[in-house]
Parts: sequence; structure tokens; C-alpha cells
Amino acid sequence: MNSIIRLTAAETAARIASGELTAVEVTEAHLARIEAVDEKVHAFLHVDREGALAQARTVDAKRAAGEKLGPLAGVPLALKDIFTTDGIPTTVGSKILEGWIPPYDATLTKKLKAADVVILGKTNMDEFAMGSSTENSAYGPTGNPWDLTRVPGGSGGGSSAALASYQAPLAIGTDTGGSIRQPAALTGTVGVKPTYGGVSRYGMVAFSSSLDQGGPCARTVLDAALLHEVIGGHDPLDSTSIDAPVPPVVEAARNGSVAGMRVGVVKQFRGEGYQAGVVQRFDESVALLKELGAEIVELDCPSFDLALSAYYLIAPSECSSNLARFDAMRYGLRVGDDGTRSAEEVTAITRDAGFGDEVKRRIMLGTYALSSGYYDAYYGSAQKVRTLITRDFEKAFERVDVIVSPTTPTTAFAIGERADDPMAMYLADLCTIPTNLAGNAAMSLPCGLAPEDGLPVGLQIIAPAMKDDRLYKVGAAVEAAFVERWGHPLLEEAPSL
Amino acid sequence: MPGITREEVAHLARLARLDLKSEELDHFAGQLDDIIGAVARVAEVADQDVPPTSHPLPLTNVMRADEVRPSLTPEQALSGAPAHEQQRFKVPQILGED
Repeated sequence: MNSIIRLTAAETAARIASGELTAVEVTEAHLARIEAVDEKVHAFLHVDREGALAQARTVDAKRAAGEKLGPLAGVPLALKDIFTTDGIPTTVGSKILEGWIPPYDATLTKKLKAADVVILGKTNMDEFAMGSSTENSAYGPTGNPWDLTRVPGGSGGGSSAALASYQAPLAIGTDTGGSIRQPAALTGTVGVKPTYGGVSRYGMVAFSSSLDQGGPCARTVLDAALLHEVIGGHDPLDSTSIDAPVPPVVEAARNGSVAGMRVGVVKQFRGEGYQAGVVQRFDESVALLKELGAEIVELDCPSFDLALSAYYLIAPSECSSNLARFDAMRYGLRVGDDGTRSAEEVTAITRDAGFGDEVKRRIMLGTYALSSGYYDAYYGSAQKVRTLITRDFEKAFERVDVIVSPTTPTTAFAIGERADDPMAMYLADLCTIPTNLAGNAAMSLPCGLAPEDGLPVGLQIIAPAMKDDRLYKVGAAVEAAFVERWGHPLLEEAPSL
Repeated sequence: MPGITREEVAHLARLARLDLKSEELDHFAGQLDDIIGAVARVAEVADQDVPPTSHPLPLTNVMRADEVRPSLTPEQALSGAPAHEQQRFKVPQILGED
């Protein structure tokens, strides 16, 4: 395997800045890797070969001209196909937007370009980010690089699989109920859901507006921090964007430590449904935190038991409204317009043809939860649960600096195993959902392999809103201790493709 | 809580503008009934005196100055439309000939 693709993003940027490597060399190495392995992995929906090389040439020209380069200049990145990209297809993993080429860039896309990050292409995802396995993509599933017969998680399975198979050192995901952290856990990579409002949602195709949050995916905690600083910050085009500086995440990632910190362990994040190997690795992580100088505090957050139920009412309710824009009139697919049907009939035929099962299921669930007579019992109650979950977090963060948990109850499951059982699939996000409902920040990083199947296990770290730097401070300390214990990064144990 | 019937799913599909086929209605009715059954637990807190949270941030309207700024050209705005004519979206007719 070409050694360039094994470098971290920080190392790659440093070598480009010093002239040891050119951005074009780095980009070509990754494009060659994509060509060699992506037929098996299917992490990408669209590879923008020419655009990536043009961006890389610009970086090399800037360096040659003596311009100061940004901290990630020339580093390749895989972008989830949920962010609009001017001139490059954006499908959101759905047939309803097949072939759609946006006429504008998302704010996040603009920030990446301005930082001279090289966008390799768009990654596969569950349709409209609805799913926990990337099996709901209209363009076929992505394989987990650890075992191609298993799922890489979802909905950002393409982004995480691209990292784990060394097709890109950086990627972008979005997290509505765990879609950055759960795939990170299942592929042995790092994923961060920033504080809600910390990264602009402008140009990010909406699924559930009060929960969706874009964020960084990487192979190391420092790389995630470097990317977080590039994409974070206030955006006047997004009314849900927080008007405050990005917390000092890079500084925190460079100074990892848990000494003297109080770390909470929530009793609701274990029990039935948790795989023995996942619990074992989590317990070892807690022991490690103690060794590193943290004080462990047991927490009781009773409302977390209702989080999954609240989420599966709130997210579908918001999606049923957000996805009404796919009406076959202004963009995307139009089916059945033969001159005999009304606009309403064409809309219904198009939406049936263009949306997959999971999307239809959630649209109907949301329509039901919001309908007259059921609103109070379902949507109204779910919003009350959201209040209780936020209160549980507030109480917990009075006693602790961060909370830790397993990221997912199990390791990667087989492709097809949960496809016809929505409730079984939904359980994959059991530990990640409370954070989305409350809007605070969370990270997943690898904490070992489950002994029974040899697959990666994720450790979740949760911090209060706008304290994203704590994730990186703790994450960097845990990562360094684990790498020292293992003798190498976990991903080096993945089979070669 | 009432269960969800095939007829209700058909009604929801009409409301949601989804032209579901007969076999899809059967398929979804069973699944939606299971999901609703599982998530109905949220009603356990319904009686409590708890204010609802619709959003994690307090939202305020953002106003911008009323000034002319560059935006998409008509060609760009229409570039993704399934059909267009004379710089307008072309949509199927709603009213009949008569």
C-alpha cells in the first residue's frame, strides 16, 4: 500500500507545507486507492477526479508563490452526499435527486474550499440520512472495510468506510441520531457531533432540522479537531447557527489529559441488548480513564430510557415536513407527467417512485404523529421527554465534566440482518440519540476490538453544549493511552483490501 | 393507544402525497403498527407538568437589510427543474380544459 495514504491529515498537511510532498501527489495517491478498492467498498457515489486535481494544483501553486497555507491545505476529504456542491451531483442517497447538480455550495463546502481542502467526491449514505447501516442508499450498500459482508453503520457509512479503507484521511458526516458516531464506532474511526448550531446547516439537505448536525470524521482525534475548526463557526445564512467562536478544539486535542476530571458513567447505558465484548471494552476504557487520573462518577438519567421513543416521533415529524419540498415540480425526478394527470397526482407518483421504504415509513410515521387527535399523545409527549432528557444532562453536568458510554450496543452487524426489522435497526442508535435531543456535543473513538468477533468497539464521550473542546481533551488522552497499549493505531489491525 | 390499520396507512399516504401500491400498504401497516406500539411509551410523561422542548436553541428571527445583492441567475435557479419554459418552472396542469 502506498505510504502516502497511511499518513494522518496533520502529517499530510505538514509534508505539503514543507515541500516534502505536493498536493497533487497526495491527491493522486488517494484517487489511485479509490480506483483500486472502492469497487469492493462502495464508499463513494461520485468521485470528482478533475476537480480534486485542480484544487490540488491550486494548493501547489499557492505554496510555490510563497503564500501561507492553512492547517489542512492540500489534504483530501470525502464529503457526505448531503451537502450541496456547486457543479457536482448531490443525491442524498436518493433516487428522487438522481442527477441533480446544485447551483450553489453549502457553507460547509465553501469553508472547505476556502481552506484549500481537496474534495475527492461525495460519499454513500442512507437515503436522506435515515438509517443506521447505509443499506437504505438507493445506490446500493457500503461494505465495512473490516468485513465487507457487514455494514459500516449509517447514515454516514460511506464517509467512515472511506476513512477506514484509506481512501481519504478526512471525511464529513451529519449526525441526526448518531449518524457520525455510530459509523465511526463500527469502522474503528473517530467521529464528532459538534454542539447543535456549531457547524452551519446551510446547504445541508434537511432531514430533522432540530437534530441534524454536520461534523468531522477522521482517523485521529487531532485530525478531527483540525477539521472541526475549519468547518465550525457562525453563519448568517443559518438561523440555527450559534453566534460564538468555535471552542479551542485543536489546542485541546494537542493537550490531551483527564487528570482531575470527573467522568460520568450513566447506568441507563447498559443492560439488555448490549454485546458482551462491547461492555468489556467499555469497562476497560473506564478503568483506563481512572488510571489516567479521572474520577469516575455513577449517574442516573432515567429519562434516557425514553429517548429512542421520543426520537422516532420527533425526527419523522420533522422529516415529513422537510421532505414535502420533493414535489416533482422544482427539481429532481418527475414521473407520470404524460399530460393526463394533475400536479397532485404527478407529485404522489413521483414520491412513491423516488423515495425508498425507510423514507416512506418515516414520512408516514411523522404524518401520523402530527395528525389531529394524535398530536398531544405522540409529538407533544415526545417534546416533553426532550425536556426531561435535557434536564437529566444538566443535572449530570453539575456533577461531571464529561460522560462516557459505549457508542453502540453491538459491533457491526451483517448486511441484510436488520433490513426488514426497523425496530431492531433503530436500537443501533440507543446511546447516541439523547445527545441529539439535548443538542450537546459528543465524540466516538475506537477503544478496541470485541473478543467474540474481532470488530471495532467505539467509546462515546459526551460534553455540555459549547464545551466541544472537552471531547478532544479527553479523546486525545484516551487515544494516546490506547495506541501506546496496542503498539499501533487500531485501524492497522484491519484486513488489507 | 389505538393500533394503526391498513386503512389509516392508506389515508396517511394520501395526506403525505405517496401513491403507495396495495402490497406496500400491507407491508407498512404491520411495521408502522409495531413502531407506534414501541414509541407510544412517551405518553407516560404526558400527564406530567413538563414544558415541551421543540428545539435545543432559543430561536429568533434573523432579519437582513433590504438591499439588492447578487443571487442565482434564472438559468441557475431553473437548472435542476424537471421542465421549464420562458424562465419559469413548467408544472403539470391542475385544472382541466373546460
